[in-house]
Amino acid sequence: MAEIVQRACAGTMESSDVYVEIEPGREGIQLHLESVVRQQFGEAIRETVRAVLAELGVENANVSVRDRGALDCVIRARVETAVRRGRGNN
Amino acid sequence: MKGKVVGSIREAVALAGLKDGMTVSFHHHLRNGDYVLNLVMEAVAQLGIRDLTVNASSLFDIHLPLLDHIQNHVVTGIQTDYMSAALGREISRGILERPVEFRTHGGRPSDIAQGRTPIDVAFIAAPAADPMGNCSGKYGKSACGSLGYAYPDAMYAKKVVVITDNLVDYPLLDWSIPESYVDYVVCVEEIGNPKGIVSGTTQITRDPVGLVMAQHAAKVIEYSGLLKEGFSFQTGAGGASLAAAKFLKDIMLREQIQGSFGLGGITGYMVDMLQAGCFRSLLDVQCFDLKAVESIRTDPRHQEISAMHYASPSHRSAVVDSLDVVILGATEIDTDFNVNVHTDSGGCIMGGSGGHSDTAAGAKLSMIIAPMFRARLPIVTDHVTCVSTPGKDIDVLVTQGGIAVNEKNRELKERLTAAGLPVLDIHALKEKAERITGKPRQMPHGDRVVANVISREGALQDVIYSVPDEE
Repeated sequence: MAEIVQRACAGTMESSDVYVEIEPGREGIQLHLESVVRQQFGEAIRETVRAVLAELGVENANVSVRDRGALDCVIRARVETAVRRGRGNN
Repeated sequence: MKGKVVGSIREAVALAGLKDGMTVSFHHHLRNGDYVLNLVMEAVAQLGIRDLTVNASSLFDIHLPLLDHIQNHVVTGIQTDYMSAALGREISRGILERPVEFRTHGGRPSDIAQGRTPIDVAFIAAPAADPMGNCSGKYGKSACGSLGYAYPDAMYAKKVVVITDNLVDYPLLDWSIPESYVDYVVCVEEIGNPKGIVSGTTQITRDPVGLVMAQHAAKVIEYSGLLKEGFSFQTGAGGASLAAAKFLKDIMLREQIQGSFGLGGITGYMVDMLQAGCFRSLLDVQCFDLKAVESIRTDPRHQEISAMHYASPSHRSAVVDSLDVVILGATEIDTDFNVNVHTDSGGCIMGGSGGHSDTAAGAKLSMIIAPMFRARLPIVTDHVTCVSTPGKDIDVLVTQGGIAVNEKNRELKERLTAAGLPVLDIHALKEKAERITGKPRQMPHGDRVVANVISREGALQDVIYSVPDEE
């Protein structure tokens, strides 16, 4: 299991990118999503974020995802980077 | 000399006899720098006139004060060829009593000339005018170049008011619109903000995806069989379209091909092509940048044309009928090659046909250039949200991931395939994009019709529905 010990972020607010912020949490995964394609891809984005967190063993964290129309692979990379930064020294 | 000069816009509105329920018209050469529409509508509102229809060749975000006039029932109808996104978003919420009537840049003058959309009072923003109303777009601090879209208004409106910030001695030479059409002249401090009227030169895209698309586009033209002596061409002002023009210019110079004319909305890049000898002439209904304004003022090969001459389907002929190739954009294109340029993928109004349908109908080769997807939304869909230009008028779609040719143009498909270009079926292109983006969920639309899209021939082509409020 990976513990998020510090606030961390990854990504940008550029079009076709996503800005992910992660902070320590105690009540499972609290996911906040804003997206320019929320109506078309909102569910798909939530699934991807939760899947990446699960793969990396993150069970408790507050995650804010501000999506500007990023592809799935971009979302995965940004979430993973945010998690690695939030785990502290690795 | 007093001539036809009156003291204020308000006075001109009153003298012109504007009353409740009438139609006023505007042209859009001052683009997002235009002050005239807002000045006139403010005067009209102060006079207590209501229930007006605004017929404008295009509307921009600077015209957002229209929203107040709609709320106060000063404006209850809009006829236009294009509406920018901030205004479109509000219209899409259903704030206007009657649906917007969208026409094309050719359909508008055609319908005005045939009396289908009569104009009671036309207001013409003129960067230079004399006291009798001879006016031009080429001179003055608010110079915009061509006044092409204002011609039908001047010729067919019952009353014509010229509004200028540059009143010159009679006679103004090199006029666009002559005094014989003009009833009143008003001189104001400023008709527009030069920064919004003409942009600096739009930069050619440096985005690698845009450059690949542009290279494909230039090659499609090169191998289409149309690129030869006397070739004619129109392109948009988007970054990728301009890059395509630049690659085309290189090919034309290398092969020593001189075209007959470049058409459009003219940018500095088309002026460069004229000066380099790629074309014998430019035919210009609207200038997009300072270089185009300078060129139309000084170079006799660069000619102003009226909206009728540009694109009307009901006049004896129009330049689009003689056009070889046009490069156009799209927010969506479906597997039948129908193109949407009115709404975004969510159904919200953010544009309009402009000359899209007219040039597509006239040109021998109509090319759509677009990325496979924008911000995760695929360009190719099963059915476009709004049919702006029917698929029968589109020949080819160029993306970074391949080139799809409309089945109706078998010869082009064979030529491009033989040239080794990446031709693929439009359904395959759609799947290719969706493998990268995922399949978007269908967007629900509201139940109210907020706009009617009228074809260039005057028939109802499609409707645009309201967009439900975000929860």
